[in-house]
Amino acid sequence: MSFVVFDDVGVRAPDGRAILDRFSLDVPEGEAVAIVGPSGGGKTTALKLVNALRLPSSGSVRVAGRRTTEWDPIALRRSAGYVIQEIGLFPHLTVAENVALAPVIAGWPGDVEARVDELLELVGLAPADYRTRYPHELSGGQRQRVGVARALAADPPLVLLDEPFAALDPVTRFALQGEFRALLERLRLTAIFVTHDLREALRVCDRVAVVVDGRVVQTLTPVQVRTSSHPVVRALKEASGL
Amino acid sequence: MSAEVGWATLEHIVLVLASVGLATLVGVPLGIALTRRPAWQRPVLGFANVVQTIPSLALFGLLIPLPFFGIGMRTALVALTLYALLPILRGTVTGIATVDPALREAAVGMGMTDTQLLRHVELPLAATVILAGIRVATVIGVGVATIAAPIGAGGLGVLVFSGLASLDNARILAGAVPAALLALAADAALGLLERRVRWPR
Repeated sequence: MSFVVFDDVGVRAPDGRAILDRFSLDVPEGEAVAIVGPSGGGKTTALKLVNALRLPSSGSVRVAGRRTTEWDPIALRRSAGYVIQEIGLFPHLTVAENVALAPVIAGWPGDVEARVDELLELVGLAPADYRTRYPHELSGGQRQRVGVARALAADPPLVLLDEPFAALDPVTRFALQGEFRALLERLRLTAIFVTHDLREALRVCDRVAVVVDGRVVQTLTPVQVRTSSHPVVRALKEASGL
Repeated sequence: MSAEVGWATLEHIVLVLASVGLATLVGVPLGIALTRRPAWQRPVLGFANVVQTIPSLALFGLLIPLPFFGIGMRTALVALTLYALLPILRGTVTGIATVDPALREAAVGMGMTDTQLLRHVELPLAATVILAGIRVATVIGVGVATIAAPIGAGGLGVLVFSGLASLDNARILAGAVPAALLALAADAALGLLERRVRWPR
């Protein structure tokens, strides 16, 4: 069953320019789908449609069967973890406070502190060492781990990631990709992962949607990516050294 | 005379605390409201700016003939509050406006309501700038309160003005020195508080 469905979506910029144009994509429940393509192609906009940070100008986006325009935006956003580049951590809050924020704002019924420890363990940060640190005291890789922990803290069925590992050094990025893939499988999460790096998309996701000029031109499994001769896919493969 | 100085200092402090307190109670919520309605920023900040620009004696002069005001503490309190309003209002608006938009989007994206955004993200990040506004307002308030003596506000200005009238230098200094010290002390205390709310970077 599809958990997120983009149906013929159009999004226009205030100046009338089309950012997305007849954008269609199915994200099945429990699958991780990458949105890959050159910058400026509308990848981030597509992601923001899912948690109603943006609304479609035409067509519809459905999450769990309901249009995003019919959802209460607050409830929708609380059921979709959101990971963005490292800037997303709140600089005035400790690691523990950052992670606790999602359960706190959603009125988590259980023990938030225990949940924070559980999440920090899950992303490989020892709670005793990291709880009281501030984001500026962490390395880029540690910050992104906290970002992932925070996104998962309120136990959402869906995670949205926008270039989460782009600012990391290659070694850290490689390690985090592998760990994140394992996490997705373990928690059976549905994920939409925006990246410009095809290699990263293949390492983390089950399927790859190639987006060019606001439209999905191909949706491929990793095997299909290898054999695809679509010019854009070929260019992406070359750029990623595949 | 020392009892008189003590009493005048106390009056002065009460006057400044009351007016800055009042201005904070009005200015911070109004500033927050302005960040939600950017179209109102120009007229409201413009009005506060005009009030700020009127010389203090002239403002007292303008208020006194109005019904309800006249000579006395009430007029002084209103004038001092009006003076304190602009720095606090501007600090609140600027503090919240300069919060990184990416942080605001991260907060909204994780499902915060507007109240939660304000409480967990915008106000803590803007706190130093808001406090800086309150600090400026307080220091200005100590000064303007001195000038408010002729309209019956009491405070250390009474000593200064009566000393001037009777050419009594000791009396002038008995008012002026504590007023100066009060301004310095308020500045230092609020500066300390500002450093305490500053988030680590």
